[in-house]
Amino acid sequence: MAFTNDQLERYSRQIILKEIGAKGQKKLLNAKVLIIGAGGLGAPAALYLAAAGVGTIGIVDDDVVDLSNLQRQVIHTTPDVGKPKAESAKETMEAINPEIKVNAIRAFVDSKNILELIAPYDFIIDGTDNFAAKFLINDACVIAGKAFSHAGIIRFKGQLMTYVPGQGPCYRCAFREPPPPGAVPTCREAGVIGAMGGIIGSLQGLEAVKFIAGAGDLLVGSLLTFDALKMEFRKVKLKARPDCQVCSDKPTILEPFDYAPAVCELKP
Amino acid sequence: MRIEVAGEPRDIEKGATILDLIKLEGVETPEYVTVSVNGDFIPKDELEKELSEGDSVEFLYFMGGGM
Repeated sequence: MAFTNDQLERYSRQIILKEIGAKGQKKLLNAKVLIIGAGGLGAPAALYLAAAGVGTIGIVDDDVVDLSNLQRQVIHTTPDVGKPKAESAKETMEAINPEIKVNAIRAFVDSKNILELIAPYDFIIDGTDNFAAKFLINDACVIAGKAFSHAGIIRFKGQLMTYVPGQGPCYRCAFREPPPPGAVPTCREAGVIGAMGGIIGSLQGLEAVKFIAGAGDLLVGSLLTFDALKMEFRKVKLKARPDCQVCSDKPTILEPFDYAPAVCELKP
Repeated sequence: MRIEVAGEPRDIEKGATILDLIKLEGVETPEYVTVSVNGDFIPKDELEKELSEGDSVEFLYFMGGGM
């Protein structure tokens, strides 16, 4: 497949990067990425992946755009309030780059649909806002052998890690089990600075691009944490846990399951 | 004795346990912090273990937000 003149121009700034090149751009155009959650993390990831020319992007979200979302969910605009987030995200992504295919999926992700949802995609981005979903995505991706980016944000802090099958620790290696509902504050209760989603979500998008193009080192075996008040990034080494419930040689979790619904999903 | 916490040097008393360090550091939501010592995750029932000179300790926190 040869590039059109428009494609050469649109993607020129990344085609000239030796780590991406024409080869990497072709891989991006042929790649499929699923973003779970069109919110604070998912919005910047979706914008940059659409702009970069990732050929097929799925975006799943069950919710509709709320006025309180606009402080950070930069893919939605004020006229989108009330619109399904997946649909609103699709419109923005297609406006940025009409040559990509966007699958807007209005659904609540749970153990019954997750394997089917992730199956067609090469890389998954966790942009969800609760531990039940984060552990579900981890388990499903490990079980299905899918690479994914995990991230979480709260107040002025954020963190992310990347899982690649067979290469390193999963989210459960470090965090084992979700905390009981209410034990750890959510963004709704504790707040979050808008740009935190922009920073961490963009990094998730960057990990997806690097994974697809085969560029550089991924956050496999390390957790990158960011403290905005101190303006400090830290990379903490993570080792796979030999007794991990899902990614070890003797897993006890053999299929995805749901934890009790998280507190942050309740409207105040 | 000297150890490292999140990459920074700390002088603690000999015989101090991981649990002592959690209190000393004023860790937020200590029941739900993940501790790694020299890269290994410490199970909850092993937090009474004594630290050794030169140990490198990391605290990992749950961050559940994203929307």
